[in-house]
Amino acid sequence: MIEFVLYPGSGVAPYLQIVQQVRQALRLGLLREGDRLPTIKTVVAHLAINPNTVLKAYRELEHEGLVVPRPGAGTFVSRTLADDNVAAHDPLRAELSAWLDRARGAGLADDSIEALFWTTFRVAQRETGGRKDGA
Amino acid sequence: MTAVIHAEGLGKRYGLRWALSECTVDLPAGRVIGLVGPNGAGKTTLLRLAVGQLTPTAGFIEVLGGRPAADAAQLSRVGYVAQSTPVYSGLTVEEHLMLGDRLNPRWDWTIARARIESAGLDPRQRAGRLSGGQRAQLALALAVAKRPDLLILDEPVSALDPLARREFLQGLMESAVDTGVSVILSSHVVSDLERICDYLMILVASRVRLAGDIDELLASHRQLIGAHRDNVMLPGAEVITARHTERQTTLVVRTQRPVDDPAWAVGEIGLEDMVLAYMRADAAHPSPMEVVR
Repeated sequence: MIEFVLYPGSGVAPYLQIVQQVRQALRLGLLREGDRLPTIKTVVAHLAINPNTVLKAYRELEHEGLVVPRPGAGTFVSRTLADDNVAAHDPLRAELSAWLDRARGAGLADDSIEALFWTTFRVAQRETGGRKDGA
Repeated sequence: MTAVIHAEGLGKRYGLRWALSECTVDLPAGRVIGLVGPNGAGKTTLLRLAVGQLTPTAGFIEVLGGRPAADAAQLSRVGYVAQSTPVYSGLTVEEHLMLGDRLNPRWDWTIARARIESAGLDPRQRAGRLSGGQRAQLALALAVAKRPDLLILDEPVSALDPLARREFLQGLMESAVDTGVSVILSSHVVSDLERICDYLMILVASRVRLAGDIDELLASHRQLIGAHRDNVMLPGAEVITARHTERQTTLVVRTQRPVDDPAWAVGEIGLEDMVLAYMRADAAHPSPMEVVR
């Protein structure tokens, strides 16, 4: 079972944070096909958030074909994201850490590196219209 | 879906001062509704009108389709947790529950016990010796166990420390899932409401400034930043606030259409900034009532 975390200052809508965390867990293999997501009541009681927020997140995941609700039993993972591109991770990670080394070498503090990454990421996202998981 | 609260031209006057005026709203059922505004904006007045502790000076209000506190049936359908969450200090937690059972026709012991246990309250403890957070949890247990269709809470967490605040809101949301109760709660702290509400009503200087589904409100408000200009014309958009420096003008606008004027850098706006914009707008243009006063 996974547990969700909310980052209030992130500017990302709470329901989207839950969606992203499920995708992330699927990608990392923390969630596998057949696993049950926490019940809405569990999430709500843990995070102190609106039930409709969780409902909306689970509906979005269902729409993406990642989970299936079984009435009375809960919401279950129906597909995994871990296998399809995991082979690409290692070389990309190596390039990224090389880039991080260069950024530190250039005297950038961690905050600046993070800011640089996110602004570049957001600009790229806006230009390409973003790329959804499982698309 | 029926409205939990339907008000038309609702007003309440104390002497010469209108604590609430021309309030016309339909608040939907099945939601967690946040009532936000500065201190003294009329939040408590509206909530006390809804539970029937006050009678309107003008207009009318219907709660769950009936007149507030009209009869025993109406009373049993509305749960109310007042500001400062009052309890009887001489009675134990268990005695409060027994009192709740005696006074409420739809009292549910299972819910009451589950809430007390979940909040970690000792049934034998006297209420006078409970902490602020525990007292709030007891008040919540009493209000939820009467199985209301509408739960109204007036600033329930404003006096609590951050941990007690979170625990209270967890308990409240858990109850909302369990019983499907509609919830209205007031606060002057937006961040408390941001997580738990899906509908928002902003009350400033005794008037309703904005009410709506939070997702829709956020989608229809934008922050615009551009070069300084004094008279801003934006077709189809309502300017809520405008701030100027020598070089720059920053606007918060409400619009149903995308702003495609290249002179403006358009950004999304967070809930807190949106609420603050409405409060600031009001401070800049006091309502006629304020001027008279």
